[in-house]
Amino acid sequence: MSSSSVLYDIPGPKARLRNRILGIVSIAAIVALLAFVVYKFDQTGQFEARKWEQFQYAAVQRELLNGLWATLKVAAVATVLALLFGAFFASARLSDKVLFRAPATFVVELFRAIPLLILIFFGYYVPLQYGWPIDKFWALVIGLTLYNGSVLAEIFRAGINAVPYGQSEGAYAIGMRKNQVLRLILLPQAFRSMLPAIVSQLVVLLKDTALGFIITYPELLFVGKQIGGRLAFGLPYVPTYLIVAAIYISICGLLSVLAWWLQKRLTRLPRTAAKPLPATQTDGGTGVTPL
Amino acid sequence: MGEFFRVLTDNASLFREGFYNTVKLFLIAGVGSLVLGMLLGAMRVSPVPALRAFGATYVNLVRNTPLTLVFAFLVFAVPKLDVNIDYFNSACIALTAYTSAFICEVVRSGVNTVATGQAEAARALGMTFAQVLTLIVLPQALRAMVPPMMSVLIAMLKNTTIAAGFSVLEAGAIPAYMSERGEPQFIVLTWIVIGFLILILPLVVLQRILERKWAVAR
Amino acid sequence: MRYKRVAAVAMMASLALSAAACGKEGDPAPSGGNASGGAQGDNCSSSGVTFTPKTDANVAGSPAFEKIKSAGKVVIGVKFDQPNLGYKDAQGKRCGFDIEIAQYVASTLGVDPAKIEYKEIASANRETAIKGGEIDYYVGTYSITDKRKNDVSFAGPYFVAGQDLLVRKDESSITGKDTLKGKKVCSATGSTPIQKIRDEGLTEGENIVEFKTYSECVSQLLDKKVDAVTTDDAILKGYAAQNPDELKVVGQPFSTEKYGIGLPKDDKALRDYVNDQIEAAFTDGTWKKIYDGTLGKSGSPATAPQLERY
Repeated sequence: MSSSSVLYDIPGPKARLRNRILGIVSIAAIVALLAFVVYKFDQTGQFEARKWEQFQYAAVQRELLNGLWATLKVAAVATVLALLFGAFFASARLSDKVLFRAPATFVVELFRAIPLLILIFFGYYVPLQYGWPIDKFWALVIGLTLYNGSVLAEIFRAGINAVPYGQSEGAYAIGMRKNQVLRLILLPQAFRSMLPAIVSQLVVLLKDTALGFIITYPELLFVGKQIGGRLAFGLPYVPTYLIVAAIYISICGLLSVLAWWLQKRLTRLPRTAAKPLPATQTDGGTGVTPL
Repeated sequence: MGEFFRVLTDNASLFREGFYNTVKLFLIAGVGSLVLGMLLGAMRVSPVPALRAFGATYVNLVRNTPLTLVFAFLVFAVPKLDVNIDYFNSACIALTAYTSAFICEVVRSGVNTVATGQAEAARALGMTFAQVLTLIVLPQALRAMVPPMMSVLIAMLKNTTIAAGFSVLEAGAIPAYMSERGEPQFIVLTWIVIGFLILILPLVVLQRILERKWAVAR
Repeated sequence: MRYKRVAAVAMMASLALSAAACGKEGDPAPSGGNASGGAQGDNCSSSGVTFTPKTDANVAGSPAFEKIKSAGKVVIGVKFDQPNLGYKDAQGKRCGFDIEIAQYVASTLGVDPAKIEYKEIASANRETAIKGGEIDYYVGTYSITDKRKNDVSFAGPYFVAGQDLLVRKDESSITGKDTLKGKKVCSATGSTPIQKIRDEGLTEGENIVEFKTYSECVSQLLDKKVDAVTTDDAILKGYAAQNPDELKVVGQPFSTEKYGIGLPKDDKALRDYVNDQIEAAFTDGTWKKIYDGTLGKSGSPATAPQLERY
């Protein structure tokens, strides 16, 4: 965090005292809230051995790892396809021929407006309806690709557009062709500016794989539901979801750290004229509005 | 083509109820996450380190958790606290808790876009904190905040469909009901898409207008 | 800030890894002597009936059979969260009445039960999955109804259940289907029981709660967020048997649910064949052996139902 903010000066003795009191009060409030939650969970037996002992067994750990693997697998495939989808439609949208631009705009805007859940239903039900059974894995990949691919297309487009006009003007002036301008001037600069936004969107994609439970794709959350639903262990939903949440937060956290680190590094390099796009992940919003 | 419209007219009441609840969820959670998000955002730019740390922890935890899991906590963990919230309100709270983390980030980066010199100059002129905030910082920060905030809200509208998995009859729950009734899924899903396009289009248009109108001033 | 965040992530990751590194081998079983008292274990145990695949199986004129035969395996849709019926334990083993019926049918089609590929299909997606060919057949508390016959066809019934109510042990105000007014009732999305509750107006529309799985409904029941879980007694008895201190089945069935094996609609040859095989299992005692070793453990003895050929 920066030490100085727009909102206030470096605090003097009086403000320091006031801030300290406020700090203590708020810490007390937060601790009290946490203590209440822990106390209640304890009281209702969420920490009792019966609900946790499943997790000591290799079989259950394997279940969780299999779920994690299924999550990562679907995320990896969807990531590659979404990047390709995004690159293709972004270039179509940047084309100066209406014939390419108009359909690409339509596709991108359409898929960005449809809830991911509905896209996954489309991917799953519609092929089935026409007697073409589709693996749940691919139904999920299709949904994730169409949705995140169109968001990525917008990120790519915004990234290219964020390169100051003078750059391409200059390039044209020294006689470069359109292809060269894009390849040698715009892309290298835009790529660096959009990298953090891309990584953020990939975090969104990873999180969204959790929707696979709707079509019973055995990803991490679905596995968590199975483990949590075992009545013999006292329906350990709370312990299981705590563990599943910790796994998601670690993995997405690692990716977020990567995004943040990239942004730090890239802003340090003075060689790009384009400002980095904000790495705000808006989970399916445009998320690309340059501030 | 007749079949296409029959699916809608035969099940009009289901579609109406589903989309009514979607809009209701959106409005309640929208107001809720704006309020909570701004509060969190205020924490993150406050001079109190404890509040800043809390805001940052909240945002980083919630933002990296799938929304479905946030819902699951509300529905399966909160009852263990002896708090009884019905399913619709659970959905509102889950959406609010999740979306406010994103709103918070928008607020924070919005405030950070204002150059430090602006506030410093204002303070040098003898303005009070309230004056600096309302006359100098917020008018500039708001311009930067509104377009991304609209994006967050649009995303939230789409995210309401996840409530279907947690016993809320909103638009996302319609396919399961229709499957019970044996209606062709493709047509059902197409109608739901049309419904969402109708809801989202005005928001997108509004976003574009605000973006254009306020881009000039910067 | 930077190091703090990296440290936090590293800590969480190492926690996750250390948890995964040391696992006890063996069957997870809840330790006794606590609140759940006489709960059954989680581990799957089969009835002990062995199914040897028929070597000379042939179903003339059945496209589904041709597909199974050439693939050398069969894809069966099942449930995974219904104790004693269709259940998957922590080891990934499957067991229950429906599972063994599915294995029996597979063996009569000449497929080794070890070669079965199980698919977990949510109740609401069953017709679509059969119609689309995602699965070869479905065995999982699948009630035969006229409406479903428009989309799929049924062999059987191989079991008859009745819709009943699961309530908390201390519940006294719910004694049958007519006492549900004003009570919250939970069941699986898209299942027959919840449609019945809705169609007959047994409780108000806003009191109907739906989740993907029955386990989630039972969790809500124990948390007092719903007052009753409704579905077939065969399923409910399995839950009550696992937690007899907190749950009970009301015991006033108010419907007749005939469980059939869901097959592709236009495959009459396969349907007739499977019906013949079920009938054989009724008469040679296989059916009873399977029943006593699975469902019979939690309920009362049952007699084989009457087949309904069409």
